[in-house]
Amino acid sequence: MSWIGHYNYWAAIVLMMLGFYVVISRGNLIKKLIGLNIFSTSVFLLYISMGKIKDATAPILVDSTLAPTTVQVYSNPLPHVLILTAIVVGVATTAVGLALTVRIHERYGTIEEDEIRAKDDSL
Amino acid sequence: MTPSAHLPIIQVIIPLLAAPLCIIFRSKSVAWSVALCAAWTSFAVSILIAVHVSTIGSLGYDIGGWPAPWGISYYIDYLNAFVLLIVSGICALALPYARLSVAQEIDSQSQPYFYSLLLVCFAGLLGITVTGDAFNMYVFLELSSLSAYALIGMGPRRRALTAAYQYLVMGTIGATFILIGIGLLYSLTGTLNIHDLAHQLRVNDILSSDNRTLLTAFAFLTVGLSLKMALFPLHLWLPNAYTYAPSVVTIFLAATATKVAIYMLLRFCFCIIGNGTILQMTFGKIILIPSLSAIIVASIVAIFQYDIKRMLAYSSIAQIGYMILGLSFATTTGLTAGILHMFNHALMKGLLFMVMGAISYRVGSVYLSDFRGLGKKMPWTMVAFVLGGLSLMGVPLTAGFISKWYLIKAALEIGWWDIVILILLGSLLAVIYIWRVVETAYFNPAQEIEQETGEAPLSLMIPMWILVIANIYFGIDSSIPLNLAHQAAKILMGGL
Repeated sequence: MSWIGHYNYWAAIVLMMLGFYVVISRGNLIKKLIGLNIFSTSVFLLYISMGKIKDATAPILVDSTLAPTTVQVYSNPLPHVLILTAIVVGVATTAVGLALTVRIHERYGTIEEDEIRAKDDSL
Repeated sequence: MTPSAHLPIIQVIIPLLAAPLCIIFRSKSVAWSVALCAAWTSFAVSILIAVHVSTIGSLGYDIGGWPAPWGISYYIDYLNAFVLLIVSGICALALPYARLSVAQEIDSQSQPYFYSLLLVCFAGLLGITVTGDAFNMYVFLELSSLSAYALIGMGPRRRALTAAYQYLVMGTIGATFILIGIGLLYSLTGTLNIHDLAHQLRVNDILSSDNRTLLTAFAFLTVGLSLKMALFPLHLWLPNAYTYAPSVVTIFLAATATKVAIYMLLRFCFCIIGNGTILQMTFGKIILIPSLSAIIVASIVAIFQYDIKRMLAYSSIAQIGYMILGLSFATTTGLTAGILHMFNHALMKGLLFMVMGAISYRVGSVYLSDFRGLGKKMPWTMVAFVLGGLSLMGVPLTAGFISKWYLIKAALEIGWWDIVILILLGSLLAVIYIWRVVETAYFNPAQEIEQETGEAPLSLMIPMWILVIANIYFGIDSSIPLNLAHQAAKILMGGL
């Protein structure tokens, strides 16, 4: 039960390892960035899972006359807010990484890691 | 609120506001002046903070008036005040140096952007140091790292771009690990404030129970921070990044960025876990081996480098080993030695990379063969190199001696004789790699076909010699940094 019940954490771990593997194994700089993105996205999932409580709603004050039902359990909004910040950081990282890739392509004419290394060594 | 209560936020806000100003004015000399003013003002503020902390006591600031466990609060004690002095002091010295060096290495259109990025990086490093909130620390860490990637990519050679890309990939993995660690700590305690984190871990008895989430959190934090501080064997980004970055960026990053990562490690491992706990003692044993290998392996690799900037980069990795070694002892003397070495290493590496910048300004590159005959052509610069090198080896009457002395004293206190031998061996290896350069500069004949290279210009020379004097002054009378480091170590050892 608890193994399946934590499926969102398993998804986070699988995504994390996939992203990490792509960063390590691929020589193409764009593919490396994609891997890096998957890697950091898995952490977003981890954070959001932490804030979620079963059968809970968004933390909004409800007018008791309009909603007389007993909705009194709230999800924690703080991890969501933190992840918004982390997403912005992730976007900025990707932008810097892509900008560097463009400049590398301008100066080397390739974005394959082994070809770049060969060009550096030939000098 | 008295004016001094606002000092922590002023420290971060000034460079952060000055950064867009540099771009708005679009003139390189105005951008440089704005950056210089911002750096000097923050240095003045950090001195005020240090005086306030050592006379009145620690300084807190709640952003937006929200009290501590809910809002983001800045908190400054001896440790932060000391690291702030290192970071802002080096920036205040690097900027007067920057004008000529940057004018030569970076085309004039990009120069306002360069100063703006430097200020953002500076603000990020100061932010990590002043904040008392774990997530805020992560945001500032990314702020400083992202600008550092861009700054390294501005280096004059095309390899700077690949070095920056490599640093970006490894730095982002490190930062993500730190993010996971902070998230796991948050899921355990429900708080992000560092003091509240430590408090909650004790109140809820998480620390003494064998909690696996806590172990995982600290495993992620340690590995992530080791990547950021380039602790052996996670140092692979550092040699390329330091070698190909513009001279000023190397001076600034070598003297500050890794120190701030070590500061974060200190905060997490001593303030949150607290000293004397089993987890903390295991941690000390785990980081002992990488730090010792860093001292020996990186020093040996440095001996075989022909690009002297690269040699100094490897030497930085070895010096980070010394700092971490001080932490792994987990005694007051050990911590004092580690924290003091952060200060002294900033002085000596700042100086040595300034010498590299001056030589590359006059000669164009810093290969070992370029040093032939420089002892006669650039006498003042080479004397500065020799004095910085002596400090790096840890010769008495230089700053480097004081921290090595305390490190050896700490090792003897707990009776680790074998480690004393390794520390001394590391110093001997430093003698070898510094001597290669000195020998080439003073005893090898100058190249036959040689353009006239004169002494470095005065604006490069003055910051360099201020650091030379600081290296010698703090080697003779080390009471100020020693006292601050000792107080910081006592706070860390005492826990909360």
